[in-house]
Amino acid sequence: MLRLYSLFVLLCLAFPARAVLDIEVTGAGEHQVPIAIIPFDGEDALNQHISEVVASDLIRTGLFKLVDPEGKAPHEAKEVKYAEWAKAEALAIGKLFRSADGRIEIQFRLLDTVKKTELIGQAVSAKSEQGRAIAHRIADAIYEKMTGSVGVFSTRIAYVNRQGRYNRLVIADSDGYGEQTLLALNQPIMSPAWSPDGNALAYVSFEQGRAFVYAQSLLTQQRVLLAAFPGSNSAPAWSPDGQQLAIVLTHEGSSQIYLVRKDGSDLRRISFSDTIDTEPTFSPDGRYLLFTSDRGGSAQIYRMPVNGGSAERLTFEGSNNFSPRFSPDGKSFVFAHFNGGIFYIAVQDFETKQIQILTPGGWEKKPSFAPNGKLVLFATEVHGRGILATVSSDGRVKQKMTPQQGDIREPTWGPFNRQ
Amino acid sequence: MKKIAISVILASLLSACASNKPVEPFTKTEPVAAAPAAAPVTEAPVVGSAAAPDVNAQALAKAEADAAAQAAAKEAAEVAAKTDAVAPIVPPADPANALSQRSVHFPFDVDAIQDNDKPTIQAHGANLGNHPELKMRTEGNADERGSSEYNLALGQRRASNTRKALVLSGAKMEQIEAISYGEERPMATGHDETSWAQNRRVDIIYK
Repeated sequence: MLRLYSLFVLLCLAFPARAVLDIEVTGAGEHQVPIAIIPFDGEDALNQHISEVVASDLIRTGLFKLVDPEGKAPHEAKEVKYAEWAKAEALAIGKLFRSADGRIEIQFRLLDTVKKTELIGQAVSAKSEQGRAIAHRIADAIYEKMTGSVGVFSTRIAYVNRQGRYNRLVIADSDGYGEQTLLALNQPIMSPAWSPDGNALAYVSFEQGRAFVYAQSLLTQQRVLLAAFPGSNSAPAWSPDGQQLAIVLTHEGSSQIYLVRKDGSDLRRISFSDTIDTEPTFSPDGRYLLFTSDRGGSAQIYRMPVNGGSAERLTFEGSNNFSPRFSPDGKSFVFAHFNGGIFYIAVQDFETKQIQILTPGGWEKKPSFAPNGKLVLFATEVHGRGILATVSSDGRVKQKMTPQQGDIREPTWGPFNRQ
Repeated sequence: MKKIAISVILASLLSACASNKPVEPFTKTEPVAAAPAAAPVTEAPVVGSAAAPDVNAQALAKAEADAAAQAAAKEAAEVAAKTDAVAPIVPPADPANALSQRSVHFPFDVDAIQDNDKPTIQAHGANLGNHPELKMRTEGNADERGSSEYNLALGQRRASNTRKALVLSGAKMEQIEAISYGEERPMATGHDETSWAQNRRVDIIYK
């Protein structure tokens, strides 16, 4: 049994106008890759050091540990004396040039210090204000090369920030920087849901006095009112092909699940109970829905074919289970597990039906997988504040991100950027 | 509407200072087009074609189905009306008068009207029956022990059951709109039974 040792990093990344969250990481992966990240030559000219963002991205995963360069500062492969880097398995170096038109060019290399070979060599050109985005891309490249999984540092998250009655629907980079407010209201906003291409967000807004479902383009900001039937309209979830959404309506009685095309047409009811059926979410292959229902007397998670048909109860442990989301490989699902008055984040394997509790418990709600399946994002509470948290899908590494203002609710991890 | 407009302006200011420049492709070196404007919606939302159900038709159908129940309820309403000869449109703040009660409460994860709230429901149902010009909204709420969506659904069931009970006491279905706030607008924010009990509630709001 490997002993878990605790890594405690408090990254109060001072970055004016964008310092949105304090980030705290605890726990570590079973094996941590020792890596040295040398400050890039010329990066002092930027208001954000590329190498620092790369390092903080990698550290937050719990899968890497930083090796102190101890004053050595190679910027090119020919300057590296491999004998000096025995403590590290990998070495990241780079140079940054500013071109005449104000753009920056970054030459970046990842070196294998054991095999003494180059793992990655890339040149990137960008506008100087895109330093963080470039750094996330470099971190993604290192992460993929060293772990074999695709990195998620360049992906985005969405959540609701609440201050009293003032609610903002926000999207941000996966590290909480670059907040962008899509909607601000003195009414509740709920259940943001990313379209599979990452170019639209569906959500529930009470701006008309009760729950309506909207879909908003992140490219044009244009909105479609998807559902405004009597009662509550809520719980949007996109199909994997992005052509339709599952939504929940109450105009025919209790909350029931419907399908609707993304332009609001062709509404079809697909669940038929006289109890609560809500929180639908599509399987990655688009054939099944998971949803929450109290048809058995308590709120539990069920699975049904998208085209209709009988539903199968999946959860039996704890008093209630809510908010299911498929893992990207479709082999398991994550959910909010309520037991003994406490909410936990848990995953259940479809094949073994085994449940694994990932978190210590608290007011932990609304889990969603990162698109690489390695992390789960959820909302929790610390000292009365609603905050963002992540846990690695093996439960080992935990991260808390506390906003400077307000309470965070309803987080959801967006898809991979497709470019 | 004004509030929304102000919010929208706020949002556009906020988003203006946020960094949302699109990330350039990692391996390309040519410049990309300017960032798309981040302005949030400033106009009325576009309404999807399926988003305008025939509310009247539905209400009429339901009203017919409820006609029998209403006939029975009418008698009860008349009795209630006699005991309160001039039923007030704006009910008094006399705690002895059941009309002064504007909320009904529920146990955890329960949506059925409780016996001790029946006098409140009967009084408001009769009041609506005697004053067909009155309109009401039943607003369902839930405590935080559930997901936000489950609680929205639970609050909606509480509001709908309150509406049905009001109709059985003399109101007409179309006088009442049932909506839910779920756990989104708690009256009390503590993580304790005292707070939760206050939040498991349907508010009866005269419009």
